[in-house]
Amino acid sequence: MGKIEWAMWANEQALAAGLIYATGGIVGVAGQFRGWQFAAFGIAAGVFVCLLEYPRSKRGKGTSVERTGQYCFTVCVKAFGPLTRNYYVRAFLHAALCVPGGFMLATVLGCVCLGIASLIYLSAAIHGEHWEPILPRTEPPKRVGNSIKEPPQNPPPRPPPELRRKKADKLETAAYDNPMSVTINE
Amino acid sequence: MGNFAANEGLSIFVILVWLGINVFLFVNSYMAFLVDRYYYTRVILGHALSWARAPAACLNFNCLLILLPVCRNLLSFLRGSIQYCSRTAARQLDRNLTFHKLVAYMIALHTAIHIIAHLFNFERFMDSQIMINSSHLPYVLSQIGNNDNRSYLNPIRTNETNPTIVMFTTIAGLTGVVITLALILIITSSMEVIRRSYFEVFWFTHHLFIVFFIGLVAHGIGRIVRGQTVESVKVHDPVECHSKFETWGQNGTDCPEPIFAGNPPMTWKWVVCPMFLYVCERLVRFYRSQQKVVITKVVMHPSKTLELQMKKKGFKMEVGQYVFMQCPSISQLEWHPFTLTSAPEEDHLSVHIRIVGDWTQALYTACGGDKTVVLDAWTLPKMAVDGPFGTASEDVFRYEVVMLVGAGIGVTPFASVLKSVWYKHVQENKNVFTKKIYFYWLCPETQAFEWFADLLQSLERQMNEKELRDFLSYNIYLTRWKDAEAAHLRVQYEAEDDPITGLKQKTRYGKPNWDNEFSAIATQHPGSKVGVFLCGPTALATALGKQCMSHTESGTEFIFNKENF
Repeated sequence: MGKIEWAMWANEQALAAGLIYATGGIVGVAGQFRGWQFAAFGIAAGVFVCLLEYPRSKRGKGTSVERTGQYCFTVCVKAFGPLTRNYYVRAFLHAALCVPGGFMLATVLGCVCLGIASLIYLSAAIHGEHWEPILPRTEPPKRVGNSIKEPPQNPPPRPPPELRRKKADKLETAAYDNPMSVTINE
Repeated sequence: MGNFAANEGLSIFVILVWLGINVFLFVNSYMAFLVDRYYYTRVILGHALSWARAPAACLNFNCLLILLPVCRNLLSFLRGSIQYCSRTAARQLDRNLTFHKLVAYMIALHTAIHIIAHLFNFERFMDSQIMINSSHLPYVLSQIGNNDNRSYLNPIRTNETNPTIVMFTTIAGLTGVVITLALILIITSSMEVIRRSYFEVFWFTHHLFIVFFIGLVAHGIGRIVRGQTVESVKVHDPVECHSKFETWGQNGTDCPEPIFAGNPPMTWKWVVCPMFLYVCERLVRFYRSQQKVVITKVVMHPSKTLELQMKKKGFKMEVGQYVFMQCPSISQLEWHPFTLTSAPEEDHLSVHIRIVGDWTQALYTACGGDKTVVLDAWTLPKMAVDGPFGTASEDVFRYEVVMLVGAGIGVTPFASVLKSVWYKHVQENKNVFTKKIYFYWLCPETQAFEWFADLLQSLERQMNEKELRDFLSYNIYLTRWKDAEAAHLRVQYEAEDDPITGLKQKTRYGKPNWDNEFSAIATQHPGSKVGVFLCGPTALATALGKQCMSHTESGTEFIFNKENF
């Protein structure tokens, strides 16, 4: 199926799942349904998943498109280092978070969607993908060529003065031409 | 504002009508469940019943609509018939994908409302089974039909269950979960990021719509929405009898036990026609793809561009149309769109393909791109071609003055237009309505489009011969250049032919000043309709759209057409 980066789709799915989980939780709590404690957990888990998934990862190949205002989220998520970088951790985390949702009707949909996202993340992890933060690129300031600022410290390598001037009788085998004519006795 | 109306009026009208129908269906359905037949249902559920049924009606309507904009062949046919009446109406059909997405969002919204309302419904049905109390009307109502299991009101028949289990054991609940999941997967894989970069994931996941429609039709089979039967209402008036529930059916009362039944499924009536049309569409596509296509010539152009010239019996095209191509030896399921670069007057059809991804790379290899020996015709791969499909460029010759703007690869449809222009002039018995063409080509580098520069060169030569120098005025804008090139260009400034393209018309650098261009054209052609055709990125489309609107003054009207894939 071409060179798909599964994490891109997993990210969209997880973000949607987080929203659905949280919405189901809000309905469960607001309506005071039986098992509303699971709904309350659903809200917390849904919001957490949304915050975790909001910053998009940098793509392996091609240009990455940021979500609006994702920079502060990127910084937070980056701070957790390998926990957020590794997709196996994410797959397991989503799988664990989705389980309590299955106990109450309002959060069941969020549970299944998050489970699917977990599976796609597992696929991404198996393919060796990982999360990279999209950071603003700092261009190295354009520097004027070195040669202008730093004149050469040493003179160019030359043979010692005695050998520089070709002996008149050795003109044919000399390494270079004399700029001025030489006489035999200097 | 008038020019805004000219450009956008019909679209806005269509959207308003569509929204209006949605609102009407919503309100109508809402009210339909406030009648006496559902009095007892509402005793248990309250208004959540109406809140669930109203979006259901809208869902029926929108699911009907969603299949129609993607019936490409049907739309091409409609476009061909309509454009004799109204060019504007035909242009509306170019926006089919936008409409498809709008309807999809509406489906998502109504699904959300429907599900939330049903969450309340399930909870309330469950409550009325659990609160065992003979002086509690909901409980009494829930016990009706315990004997024959047919005339019941509450679809939850026992108190030893919970809503989640009920959902997975009723047809409506199970199909509901399946189709909602299908919808969510379709939507997440259709996000722009996924669609633009991993088209195959988008395309394959989108086929879950088959699951969606099957589940949708099956959703109402269980007849889970129940109300009092019409005969029962005649003998048992809920408004009068609801307070006497402790004596229903006993001797001497005029309130016999109420009898309930479920509503028959309605969705199939809405979606059967579009489903049939879509099946026809896929059959037409399949049939057309089975027609024999022969590759007659393969040309390798510089910068990884492959030109394929093909012949297909009975193939008819107009300028600027596109086709879908499939190569069974590369992939059975992948169809990719390519603009036709040949003119209708030619005897073959040609496409110019840039080698950018897996499929194009495989095609390049299959056509002998990496071999230096000439391949025999029979070794070339078999191709399937579906189309042609109409796009905005078809309308080019209906305007007296035309502005063509192509950015980068977007210049391709205009190759077809320009070739056709040439053929029309050569065959002098054709009365060409178009009097002047302004062509703008914006590219970061000409390297990928030497083939197009060649085409312009030959056109330029032929125009000079025929003394038609003023018919076509083209401007090439190089938007990016390297310092070394710039130095070379400065030196060559005085040369007669342009150093990059070899054309007499000089290449310009940077981006065009659209304000000046539009003003100049408006002054030169007062009182005429100028068609502006763009094939390029969205940012440019917005800029040009704005220019069209601001420069459309008394007389000169700029009409904007955008192509996109």
